[in-house]
Amino acid sequence: MKLRYFAWVRERIGKPEEEIEPPPGVATVADLMGWLTQRGEEYAHAFENPNVVRAAIDRAHVRPDAAILGAREIAFFPPMTGG
Amino acid sequence: MQMAATVRLQREPFDAASEAAKLRRGRGDIGAVVTFTGICRQDEAGAPLAALTLEHYPGMAEAEIVRHVEAAERRWPLLGVAVIHRFGRLEPGEDIVLVVTAAAHRQDAFAGAEFLMDYLKTRAPFWKQVEFAGGGRPGGKIWVEAKQSDDVLADRWTPRRAAE
Repeated sequence: MKLRYFAWVRERIGKPEEEIEPPPGVATVADLMGWLTQRGEEYAHAFENPNVVRAAIDRAHVRPDAAILGAREIAFFPPMTGG
Repeated sequence: MQMAATVRLQREPFDAASEAAKLRRGRGDIGAVVTFTGICRQDEAGAPLAALTLEHYPGMAEAEIVRHVEAAERRWPLLGVAVIHRFGRLEPGEDIVLVVTAAAHRQDAFAGAEFLMDYLKTRAPFWKQVEFAGGGRPGGKIWVEAKQSDDVLADRWTPRRAAE
């Protein structure tokens, strides 16, 4: 699946997107954040306060308990500040 | 009743007056048009600002705005809606966002516009980064933090759930 990062999540991780294949035990958005956190300091920095980071699956907002099975694109970003 | 909706994301400036005129052209049923323009201020938290850069999630931003335009249409008898949101680098005085709503009566046009703005602030995937002017904060750029007051404003449109 494709991961996309925006704003300070993107800056902390150091790239706008990447392809990943999480192991089978990673079932939800929260699991995915936990798994990413173990991949390196930059991820740990981006997800240091996981309650703040928002997520979208296939371009729709989701909660941390959303299942990631079948997702093509998952995005992580800070709370939105548009308008 | 026919409803015309325009949703656009663009780098370029927009012309609020011509967008409002377009919505009502040839329509005898429209009695009220509300036009809201959000503008880049010259300071952020008291520090002078050189520019604002708006990052967005292409594809999702349009989809999310369309979803909220449809929600507004279900809720109020709107006769036309236009939402234009700019992205990229904007300097103080430049327009950021435009919401135009048209209805037979003013209450519906006002409510629809306010609803759309409250949701754009908290649900549309845009992020503002502030670039401070010389003499401002050291470090130059910061991401604007989401305001809890904006969440409160957006939440007021959601009916409270009955005790379950």
